[in-house]
Amino acid sequence: MTWDFKGDRPIYIQLMEEIQMYIVSGQYPAGSKLPAVRDLAAEASVNPNTMQKALAELERDGLLHTQRTAGRFITEDQDMIRGIREKLAREQVDLFFEKMGQLGISREETLLLLQKAADEPQQEKESA
Amino acid sequence: MEPILECRVLGKRYGSKQALASVDLKVERGRIVGLLGPNGSGKTTLIKLATGLLSPSAGQILIDGKAPGVETKELVSYLPDRPYLGDWMKVNDIIDLFADFYRNFDRVKALEMLARLSINPADRLKTMSKGTKEKVQLILVMSRSASLYLLDEPIGGVDPATRDYILSTIIGNYSEEAAVVISTHLIADVERVLDDVVFIENGRIALSSSVDAIREERGMSVDALFREVFKC
Repeated sequence: MTWDFKGDRPIYIQLMEEIQMYIVSGQYPAGSKLPAVRDLAAEASVNPNTMQKALAELERDGLLHTQRTAGRFITEDQDMIRGIREKLAREQVDLFFEKMGQLGISREETLLLLQKAADEPQQEKESA
Repeated sequence: MEPILECRVLGKRYGSKQALASVDLKVERGRIVGLLGPNGSGKTTLIKLATGLLSPSAGQILIDGKAPGVETKELVSYLPDRPYLGDWMKVNDIIDLFADFYRNFDRVKALEMLARLSINPADRLKTMSKGTKEKVQLILVMSRSASLYLLDEPIGGVDPATRDYILSTIIGNYSEEAAVVISTHLIADVERVLDDVVFIENGRIALSSSVDAIREERGMSVDALFREVFKC
């Protein structure tokens, strides 16, 4: 997996978002051990201090916790993970509505378009 | 602890040309710092002052609190901006040379890194591509357990894949005990690897900041800011 970063925000925040995604999507399962900072930094090709900062922030949010000698673990709190999933999904929905609004499409029209797209056969979506 | 590199109103003059003027700078251990500026801004001069290859015309430059000299050579591992090793040399010869010169050179580490790239230590430098030569030199420099790595344009003139290798090698060798100073004008490529950046313009420090602070305060990447500051 490659990690891409946008220019407008600090890299550590983008790392936090990326790791949240991995947790929410189950690629890093709840309760599992997180790779070492050094390895994560190498994987994302970022400065280890930046990765450390991202992990420390996620730890402050409660999504990660450190066990003194064993390393860093992902929370076992499924509710918290679900909450984050919902929050991320909501952000995408808001963003989508905003973009449609820029195209001059109302919320009602957007919903109709969404319904129409959802009713279409799945294969088309996958090949797109 | 002393900063590993410190400049105090440092100046360097070549004849009538002022290459560096009143440079104040501190680099702490455990940081990866980008020395960024257009060609001719004084990056190489600053690095050469830190290695002791040049002497200041004014002010001071200190490595771990000491003026550059015999003692600091052990602390500093330097990658010059151009090849300096004899083309006729085999990689093995150079490894022997480094082992002779530097007590903190780790031969095993160097050989491992070469093996990972399938570079045959029996090959001569002159048979290698530019990119491979650059990799060999970087491997040698990074195989010393130094306190300050000075890398002058380590990614200039090599292809993107080699660039990635060089940057991942720098990350992979990260140590809290050592600082890395990378001079370059290819900012987009190194930005994610850096803690701090120092913009240098006409021999003076134009800006010194952490990468995250620039992104946070200005909402733009260091690369974008650089283009703005040094617009031609």
